[in-house]
Amino acid sequence: MSKRTQVFTQVLYPDFPLLRALFVSDIPYVALEAGPTKCADLAWRELMAKRDTPATNLSGEPQSELLRELVAHLRQNRTQLREEWVQRITETRLLTAMTKEEIFAEATSVYDSYVEALETETFEALQAYARNLSERIIPRGVETHEVVGIVLLLRDVLARSLFAKYQTDFKKLNRILDAYEPAANRIANTVAVGFVQERERVIRQQQEAIRELSTPVLQVRERLLILPIIGVIDPQRARQLTEQLLRGIRTNRAKVVVIDITGVAAMDATVANNLVQTVEASRLLGATVIVTGLSPEIAQTLVTIGVDLGKMNTVGDLQGGIEQAERLVGYKVIPATETR
Amino acid sequence: MEVPILKQGKVLIATIQAALSDADLENLRRGLVEQVVKFRSLGVIVDVTSMDVMDSFASRTLREIAHMIRLRGAETVIVGIQPEVALAMVQLGLTLEDVATALDLEEGLAYLNEKFKTTN
Repeated sequence: MSKRTQVFTQVLYPDFPLLRALFVSDIPYVALEAGPTKCADLAWRELMAKRDTPATNLSGEPQSELLRELVAHLRQNRTQLREEWVQRITETRLLTAMTKEEIFAEATSVYDSYVEALETETFEALQAYARNLSERIIPRGVETHEVVGIVLLLRDVLARSLFAKYQTDFKKLNRILDAYEPAANRIANTVAVGFVQERERVIRQQQEAIRELSTPVLQVRERLLILPIIGVIDPQRARQLTEQLLRGIRTNRAKVVVIDITGVAAMDATVANNLVQTVEASRLLGATVIVTGLSPEIAQTLVTIGVDLGKMNTVGDLQGGIEQAERLVGYKVIPATETR
Repeated sequence: MEVPILKQGKVLIATIQAALSDADLENLRRGLVEQVVKFRSLGVIVDVTSMDVMDSFASRTLREIAHMIRLRGAETVIVGIQPEVALAMVQLGLTLEDVATALDLEEGLAYLNEKFKTTN
């Protein structure tokens, strides 16, 4: 097999982007090996021309002209290309969370936005569409790799159709691809970034919600607050907790606060210190703090960092804590049977 | 700026109304320590509601005031420390140990009245 046919085999190989790389960088190397005599055909001359002339001078017609031609081609073959794309999506088992009809409907919109972005070379509309699409499909569990996958598939399908159309005219094909690929890459980039940004927005929103929910300051009696803490406390959450508690003390005019940490398995020295600071700051506001439900591990941490136990008022469980707090505020709980 | 010291029954009330210089704080200390015996007061309330910064000198002076007044035979309560101020103080290690604190003037008065009842 001559080097020339080898080149052609590679050209005709369906995976197009890979092939482009061979074209641009590897051909001169092949040429040296093969020698000009064996490759004295059209393809070879085209290749040498491509190598020897700078890319900008290569195109006889301006870039926009090429893009227009490209867009016309994509419009013309819209139905066929779209179907091919959807079929490839199904074959590769992407977007399994959606029905075939939904995929088709979305594919149509994506295809049209895609062509439009190519035509106008503005990406705002596509960006907006990508965001809108992401909003709809993220709750259904569509993953990032699927979205990137379908856009790359579309890019592949279109590149192949371009190749099929221009395979007789090599020079033209190269120029068309020069126009097409940067735009296609940008589109893929835009869609992927849009999707990831939307995902991140959703995650941020959820984090915010969790943070809000995670530190309720509750009033159980007049001037008696409880602050149940559940889960892992990081320094940021600890700080937020302290601020919320101090604000709660002020607004509820609390005299006693019970901080229940039964739901906290362990805390590091920083957070333990933060807890001690919370207790001291509450005292400066005139409130007494009772800490309940210390796990053995937390007790160990507090002893290790050397907490002044005179400042910390601790009770074994939440019930005991509330009982002591009620005494401090001046309540006395009497069983109903005794009052009769 | 001078801090007015008001007499209300057996209690002296000093309300700090603006940021104080070190000299103002020392004047306040002298004034309170003198008057607590002059009026035969049993309690002193220092209201710091409008202080949004509490540096180490201020908190040390407040602590000294409380200790000196105890030696002069009365009780001191610091009232109205803002949540942000409290947090900042604790982070700086200014915790006003062994000084009574209360949420506001009303609470401070209630605390002192309770105290008077138990001592009498």
